[in-house]
Amino acid sequence: MTAVESTTARSLTYVEAIKEAITQSMREDPSIFLAGEDVALYGGVFGTSRGLLAEFGPERVVDTPISESGLVGMGVGAAATGLRPIIEIMFMDFIGVCMDEIVNQAAKMKYMFGGSARLPLTIRTMAGGGMNMAAQHSQSLEAWLCHVPGLKVVMPSGAYEAKGLLVAAIRDDNPVIVIEQKLMLGRPAEVPEELYEIELGKAHVVKPGSNFTIVALGRMVSESLKAAEVLSADGLDVEVIDPRTLQPLDTATIVDSLKKTHRAVVVHEAVRFGGLGAEIAAQMQEEGFDYLDAPVGRVGAPFAPVPFSPALEREYIPNADKIVAEVRRILGKQV
Amino acid sequence: MPRRKSKVADGTNPPALTDDVLRDIFERMVRIRSFEEEAGKLMESGRIPGALHLYVGEEAVAAGVMVHLTDDDQITSTHRGHGHLVAKGGDLGRMYAELFGKAGGYCKGKGGSMHISDVEKGMLGANGIVGAGPPIAIGAAFSNKYRGTGNVTVCFFGDGASNEGTFHEAANMAALYGLPVIFLCENNGFGEYTRQDRHQAIRDVADRAAGYGMPGVVVDGMDAVAVYETAGEAIARARRGEGPTLVEAKTYRYFDHVGVRGMGVVYRDDSEVLEWRKRDPIDLLGSRLEELGVMTREQMDTLQERVLFEVREAIAFAEASPDPTPDQLLEDVYTVTAGAR
Ligand SMILES: Cc1ncc(C[n+]2csc(CCOP(=O)(O)OP(=O)(O)O)c2C)c(N)n1
Repeated sequence: MTAVESTTARSLTYVEAIKEAITQSMREDPSIFLAGEDVALYGGVFGTSRGLLAEFGPERVVDTPISESGLVGMGVGAAATGLRPIIEIMFMDFIGVCMDEIVNQAAKMKYMFGGSARLPLTIRTMAGGGMNMAAQHSQSLEAWLCHVPGLKVVMPSGAYEAKGLLVAAIRDDNPVIVIEQKLMLGRPAEVPEELYEIELGKAHVVKPGSNFTIVALGRMVSESLKAAEVLSADGLDVEVIDPRTLQPLDTATIVDSLKKTHRAVVVHEAVRFGGLGAEIAAQMQEEGFDYLDAPVGRVGAPFAPVPFSPALEREYIPNADKIVAEVRRILGKQV
Repeated sequence: MPRRKSKVADGTNPPALTDDVLRDIFERMVRIRSFEEEAGKLMESGRIPGALHLYVGEEAVAAGVMVHLTDDDQITSTHRGHGHLVAKGGDLGRMYAELFGKAGGYCKGKGGSMHISDVEKGMLGANGIVGAGPPIAIGAAFSNKYRGTGNVTVCFFGDGASNEGTFHEAANMAALYGLPVIFLCENNGFGEYTRQDRHQAIRDVADRAAGYGMPGVVVDGMDAVAVYETAGEAIARARRGEGPTLVEAKTYRYFDHVGVRGMGVVYRDDSEVLEWRKRDPIDLLGSRLEELGVMTREQMDTLQERVLFEVREAIAFAEASPDPTPDQLLEDVYTVTAGAR
């Protein structure tokens, strides 16, 4: 099922879109529950579950102790026995505490058990910097997760995607990790009122273009659109692609773009070295070598933890300027 | 009223509570309070970026513990860590500079409030990961034992953090190896916005000590003298090589989990805040010092003025400190790697 054209779309912020996806899904399916630290009484530190306790009660909206291993493990066990848990890890950085539950348990159960286990588990977590929250509250660790066979990973680029991808994640019968980004929380977009899902594993061409491709993850989609506007002055007609799902990756849509544009840059907020951009660039040259006129460029964060100081964090986080510079660098390299 | 649960092993000799020690504890508490109140104002007015977890209300714990320690004794701290470093003798100017993200800060502006540290003073870092302290603390204690230094490590953590697996693993190992470490639980009644009775089924975190084979003691965390005595026994015990102790100080955070506002919040009643404020740790000790004739009100006022002056000087130092420059971005990463741009 793909997204429906809606007559009831209205402007909704990213945080409201997340809340609506959870609320409507829970109304539809009584096997869904939400658990996490301060998700119930407080409504989530980012407000993504405000009001849910009142509607669904403490059995379905569960405050947990500060025990991430227990929390994710509880999701695994509950999912394996007929429930459809939504587990919230407040900041993505905290997955370090519960990596075993994600990587060795959730990801592998179905395979190790010869296909007999069903694990409809959704893990939501908040990533990204830009808020001066320093090295342990600002990371983008999607590449860690995409490396593990058995996990699906999505990264919404706005409110519309946040709702549709989360609904799809919840309905999926496998573990799906939804990576949200705190810098987008208050950002509005047109979001249909009804329950809709965005198909997992399908990229979206956000802006069609004819002579350069930018593949951008999450919040970097809007930065890439800004860059595309700047670059149009250089005579470039940039195509911007949002993979939406990082695992499984829709390489076909990206390679199709190369057939007309012949040049590309991949952009993410995560550290550049070993980031998902490396995988996407490698697949581009494997599948699209004949169409490429230049090496695939990559924009990502420098090889350092996220610094606290606003003066340094400003330099650290990729933005439209850095994307423009990388595109121009690629073009300059051409013979 | 908090009660003492069990006794620390006999024959302890905590250092005597002299008038000088009492004044010392009082001054450390006043320094923390001033530092935090001014930091809160700077955050509210947007001059300090990011989030601050302030220690106001809990001063007796840091002060009552830290007077027992030298620079060669270590502590591990938490996200609510300013008070720990102030009490351990941290430089206020370098602390504020770190909160501002300036190059003159303790971490050259790279860490901020949640990562403030002073390795030379044995302060092994505030921490953004709840429950990260205990395993590091047992490492420092292991090192002290291995090197035969006679030093101890105090691991500060919250009631909320006592639910992380890391605490349980570290406590077990500390008791097993007889490490010179004190697990100092600052039970302020909440983990973020969740009241203790909604995050654990026990009332006293100290009860958990029995499960690891170490003594567990509850102390009134608003009473600096009680903290001093209880922590002193546990520290003396560790120095004698008799192993770890779990000390639980019952205290209260006046402000919100993040920032300053402490009243009118959804997760607790204002009356509760006011009730705790009646037993303000600085007032309690102040009255005691007056009764004992250790300090007069006038001397206390003079002290508070002097501390506030120092705090303002420290803020001025911080504001004058330059921003870190972009070339410092890649400094102090362990590796320099190809393609790191
Ligand atoms: C591993 C991890 N989980 C969750 C958080 C978010 N968080 C920050 S402080 C806090 C509450 C900690 O409570 P407690 O240990 O009692 O310390 P207090 O804040 O009361 O001083 C939480 C849940 C975190 N920083 N790290």
